[in-house]
Amino acid sequence: MQRTLFEKLWDQHSVSRLPDGSELIYIDRIFLHERTGCIALNGLQDSGRELRNPRQVFCTMDHIIDTFPGRTDKTLMPGGTEFITKTREAAKFFNIKLFDINDHDQGISHMVSAEQGITLPGLTVVCPDSHTCTLGALGALAWGIGTSDCEHAMATETLRVEKPKQMRVRFEGTLNPGVSSKDIIMYLIKSYGASGGQGMAIEFCGPVIQQLSMEARFTLCNMTTEFSGFTALIAPDTTTFDYLSGKTYAPKKQHWEQAIKDWKMLFSDEDAVFDAELSINCSEIIPMISWGTSPAQSVFISDRIPILQDDAKKSAAQYMNVTNEQSLINMPIQGAFIGSCTNGRLSDLQAAAEILKGHKVSPNVKAVCTPGSAQVKLEAEQMGLHKIFIAAGFEWREPGCSLCFYAGGEGFSDGQRIISTTNRNFEGRQGRGARTHIASPMMVAAAAIEGKIVDCRRYLET
Amino acid sequence: MKKFIQHQGIVVPLLSDNIDTDQIIPSREMKKVSKLGLGEGLFSGQRYRYIGEEKEGPNPDFILNQAPYDKATVLLSGRNFGCGSSREHAVWALVEYGFRAIIAESFGTIFQNNCLRNGLLPVVLSAAQIQSIADEIGNTADAFSLKIDLQKRQVSSSKTPSYGFVLDDYSQQMLLNGWDFIELTLQFRQQIDQFIHHDRKLRAWAYL
Repeated sequence: MQRTLFEKLWDQHSVSRLPDGSELIYIDRIFLHERTGCIALNGLQDSGRELRNPRQVFCTMDHIIDTFPGRTDKTLMPGGTEFITKTREAAKFFNIKLFDINDHDQGISHMVSAEQGITLPGLTVVCPDSHTCTLGALGALAWGIGTSDCEHAMATETLRVEKPKQMRVRFEGTLNPGVSSKDIIMYLIKSYGASGGQGMAIEFCGPVIQQLSMEARFTLCNMTTEFSGFTALIAPDTTTFDYLSGKTYAPKKQHWEQAIKDWKMLFSDEDAVFDAELSINCSEIIPMISWGTSPAQSVFISDRIPILQDDAKKSAAQYMNVTNEQSLINMPIQGAFIGSCTNGRLSDLQAAAEILKGHKVSPNVKAVCTPGSAQVKLEAEQMGLHKIFIAAGFEWREPGCSLCFYAGGEGFSDGQRIISTTNRNFEGRQGRGARTHIASPMMVAAAAIEGKIVDCRRYLET
Repeated sequence: MKKFIQHQGIVVPLLSDNIDTDQIIPSREMKKVSKLGLGEGLFSGQRYRYIGEEKEGPNPDFILNQAPYDKATVLLSGRNFGCGSSREHAVWALVEYGFRAIIAESFGTIFQNNCLRNGLLPVVLSAAQIQSIADEIGNTADAFSLKIDLQKRQVSSSKTPSYGFVLDDYSQQMLLNGWDFIELTLQFRQQIDQFIHHDRKLRAWAYL
């Protein structure tokens, strides 16, 4: 029978088909963080239930911790310290591996999970965090869950899941200069809406995907949750295998050999059937930027905001203080943020540094760069990237989720306009009343220099 | 988990699409390692007036602060309600505030699951059905209430036609009985262990 990549993963993990049509799916890895995971661990503790397999459960600190140099358990987040200390206590109680605040391998959960080889192709991975879909880039079936389901997974090693519908998106063409995988995923969401992939397992494929680096694939898959997908998937290939080779928790020796054999079978069969198929011509894409309060409310940097027909668009425009058919170019900004599970990787920092080199951030802009993980931070520093950021006037922070969402209790102020490499431009996401424009690291770097929104391509060497 | 069998309550319309969990409860309102104490933070960005970052008092312009909607227990919304962050706090806040059911055209997947684990009934109706209920709310001078019958999987009122809704049998039984879903799955323990025993041989590399 011809099967999709998703179906191969699903069938492999199906413990039992339940009478109501849902299935009991075996879970290979559970990743937690101190915001939602902590409550799940405490819930399990309170119920007196056993955590079935602590060896396959991991936890990091990323959401509550602050990202200032010299940080401790103290944080500006109201009540935040309790989350940090209780997570530490619970991790110890259940004997699970914790990537603690200042460990050399701490970082944002989805980044650590990949960097450490905890997530592998062919595994099921869950985390009480909606951006768990990031890890689908490795060919793992990885999805975000709530706290209750997380308790369920820890207590039973399974989840009850209704089989999602499946979509395939083929990315054709070639990428223009100044265009990154962030622009591709924003273009997909803009084209088909914030609920365009509602509840579906979405496989990304095509010539553009094959050429993307592992890091760029993570960025692409990361925002599948903004497309309302159940999760994203990319068939593993040599890019994937090379990335994972030698990672701490990746299989070794004969297990590695066997794994590679198994992973090479993880692709959609030629005649496999999807519930929906889309095709994107990437040659048409130029740098994107959001104008509203949903990632779908985005435009090419050269385009104008569309005519505001419905109430939702009108209210978004009002919140963002933008108007009908306005161009975003030259709009003054007060904040610029580079980081997050979307764009906090080494290649993101490199792309931004390439533009920042020899320039200064506009004096009116608070500019912050937060590497997504300690490993990224170390590599960036070894390459001297931090010097470029600092010389330009960026704050160079400790790893974590940071200003993506008021993490560490820190936000931008009411009415401030921010350009950000993050994934959500929701109302109040980066601080009450703060106006967020999401874009690629290159776009954020260029805007930080000019103090206003610009087309980053003017900074590219020709 | 609190059972849901039947509920009659006042409906409040918040009809925009894509109401995300950051709006339902902003991160800054999640102050304790607890599933409780979150009702106050529900929709806090819109529900309160602020001086700087400090709450000054209720925002009279927000519908939940207006009679009769301040007594609402059913929330009527548009497409993709509860999208965004996986935070179950959004559901805990809605439940603590007093909501028993959310009617929407569709839901964020994680949010919908979270509802089912906490006795908050997610009801999916069509855009036209939601609009007809919204129209009726607009035409009613006093409080407009709906009756939701989970046994019949039906929404009805004295003024609108009855609408059936789809919910899988398992979720329906869970909510009707207030079952603990972990306890239910633990009944499959033997089967799960057999699966792992067999799977370990097939995928030795996958086990740590």
